[in-house]
Amino acid sequence: MGRGAQAADVFGGNDEVTEPKPIITFENVTKRFGKLAAVDNVSLSIREGEFFALLGPSGCGKTTLLRMLAGFETPTEGRILIDGQDISNVPPNKRPVNMVFQSYAVFPHMTVADNVAYGLKVDRVSKAERDRRVEEALELVQLGGLGQRKPDQLSGGQRQRVALARALVKRPRVLLLDEPLSALDAKLREQMRTELCTLQEKVGITFIMVTHDQDEALALATRCAVMSKGLLQQVAAPNDLYEFPNSRFVADFIGSVNLFEGVLAVDEPSHAVIRSPGLPTDIFLDHGVTGPRGGTVWAAIRPEKIELHKRPDDGEPPNMGDAPKGTNAVAGVIKHEAYLGGVSTYEVEIEGGRRVKVQRPNLTRWDQEDFRLGEAVWIAWHACSPAVLLS
Amino acid sequence: MEQSWKKAKAVFAAALGPPLVWLVVFFVAPMAIVWAYSFGHNVGLTEISFTGTIANYARALEPLYLKIFVKSAWVAALTTALCLVIGFPVALAITFASQKAKTWLLLLVMLPFWTNLLIRTYALIAVLRTEGYVNQTFEWFWNLGAKVAPLGAYQPLELLHNNFAVILGLVYVHLPFMVLPLYSALDRLDKSLLEASLDLGAGHLRTLFRIVVPLALPGIASGILITFIPALGAYLTPDLLGGPDSQMIANVIERQFKRANDWPFGAALSFLLMYLTFIAIAVQALLSRGKKKEGVG
Repeated sequence: MGRGAQAADVFGGNDEVTEPKPIITFENVTKRFGKLAAVDNVSLSIREGEFFALLGPSGCGKTTLLRMLAGFETPTEGRILIDGQDISNVPPNKRPVNMVFQSYAVFPHMTVADNVAYGLKVDRVSKAERDRRVEEALELVQLGGLGQRKPDQLSGGQRQRVALARALVKRPRVLLLDEPLSALDAKLREQMRTELCTLQEKVGITFIMVTHDQDEALALATRCAVMSKGLLQQVAAPNDLYEFPNSRFVADFIGSVNLFEGVLAVDEPSHAVIRSPGLPTDIFLDHGVTGPRGGTVWAAIRPEKIELHKRPDDGEPPNMGDAPKGTNAVAGVIKHEAYLGGVSTYEVEIEGGRRVKVQRPNLTRWDQEDFRLGEAVWIAWHACSPAVLLS
Repeated sequence: MEQSWKKAKAVFAAALGPPLVWLVVFFVAPMAIVWAYSFGHNVGLTEISFTGTIANYARALEPLYLKIFVKSAWVAALTTALCLVIGFPVALAITFASQKAKTWLLLLVMLPFWTNLLIRTYALIAVLRTEGYVNQTFEWFWNLGAKVAPLGAYQPLELLHNNFAVILGLVYVHLPFMVLPLYSALDRLDKSLLEASLDLGAGHLRTLFRIVVPLALPGIASGILITFIPALGAYLTPDLLGGPDSQMIANVIERQFKRANDWPFGAALSFLLMYLTFIAIAVQALLSRGKKKEGVG
């Protein structure tokens, strides 16, 4: 994505102009429980074949949105379209979507095969066809040969596969997944992530997943919608969400970030300068932002985009190349260090007392430039690294 | 904690002692005496000799009494079935009611429970008798109709002192016994299972019979048992609401102890009734054990 596109994105420009027909459209959907708006005027399109993630903290309305799609809740206002058809008044059992529940909701009194066959029996699929499809679905989720087991003889991961097979065997237009990985242990979660991706590519069905785990959303989804307090905050591909967040909420929710509040001192098409009271030096940007001159903006800099440099007593600040001298470099002292294996994280206290998070990859086994607690350092960043946020 | 009080024998004895003494003196001992009576025979007006005879049991199994046993079982079974048919939708409705409504609905189910049985039974008599509320209401409508069509005088329905009144009374009295275990079973049910069923395309009826009922089966079984047992031994309801042909085994037992003054025979009938109850419990236990085994195997 080019700079111009970035600018458009940052300021709420529309990158959904030339698109294939959406499979699902939310049109100004609002859902109120009493006075509380769990979902507040959400408009959203999801394309065929996407792996779409609804991401947000608990209580943000993502699950309500999914449940409205499944038919367990009805919108207070607005419409939901599947393939262009308004399904707002279609009961859950008549919708071309199937759901994998957070608790899996595998029927405990039926065998695995009966669980998977349940939806096909409803559809009056012939016995021979049914057996074939059940076997096929169980193979697909790697549960071949376990059809006669009862759910209480399965592990949590296997029960989830049953839930997946049971939903996929119906060949839905859209598969809904409610927090699919939250109940699994760390190792299994990692494995299931990859498998869900492969599975989606294999079956080619549109997946919509609800999650509060940003890593999960970034790893799995082709596009994410970030929600907060019932409102849609941003809809974008994972890398765009991370690199081009449109608000402090999104910048902070996705990954870790240093936020500097300031004003736009200079705003030219070719460059801009943000003056922040919390920083002794200006933040120089190698692009214009067309923001409110003199108004409050926030510069968001990710910890891994900040460099650490040694600071001898009389040393000059490091030259960041694209930034003029006297900008984008601040003197500080390392106050906290955490070695995490692949990377190390530091907290650097700068002049004025503010702590800045810095992340540094451990590229070699014997680190040539070993940074220690209490060491005097420069923190510096490139002119393209900060994201400018207006809200 | 659990370990320590088991070790403290004195504390254990002090806690367990009084109820144990109570049970032995007021339950085990009287039962043993009545059991002993059942093997004796009357020698005087108040004197009973313990002869070890089984004549009382032989008499209890004569067709006359056997018929009453069978009829009692049948009435209790019908009561239980009606309670199940009425209680299941009620329990289901309470389960899906809002948290606030739930408390009130459960209170409504419990309320008759806390009222004296005699008062409730007499209230039913007031409702059902010839000049009772039901007949009054029907008569009012009848007279309304009589103004437009020649219907003649209203003939009151005979609602009291027959088998119908007994069944109605028993169902009314025993409904909470059925609703409460059903409710506790249904309330424990994971609601996402019902949503999953709907999600997979099943309608509400299929969801009810394929998911809800099978999963509520333990609750249904215990509801049936704890309705059937007291209904089988019902005394007051058939006594007050029934007619000459609607006496149940408990009424016969009462007559032996009082009017007939045949305690040994009454004792034998009592114990037969208790054995019948034991059989019902054993059948239920066997069924539920078989169910568990099937679940594992």
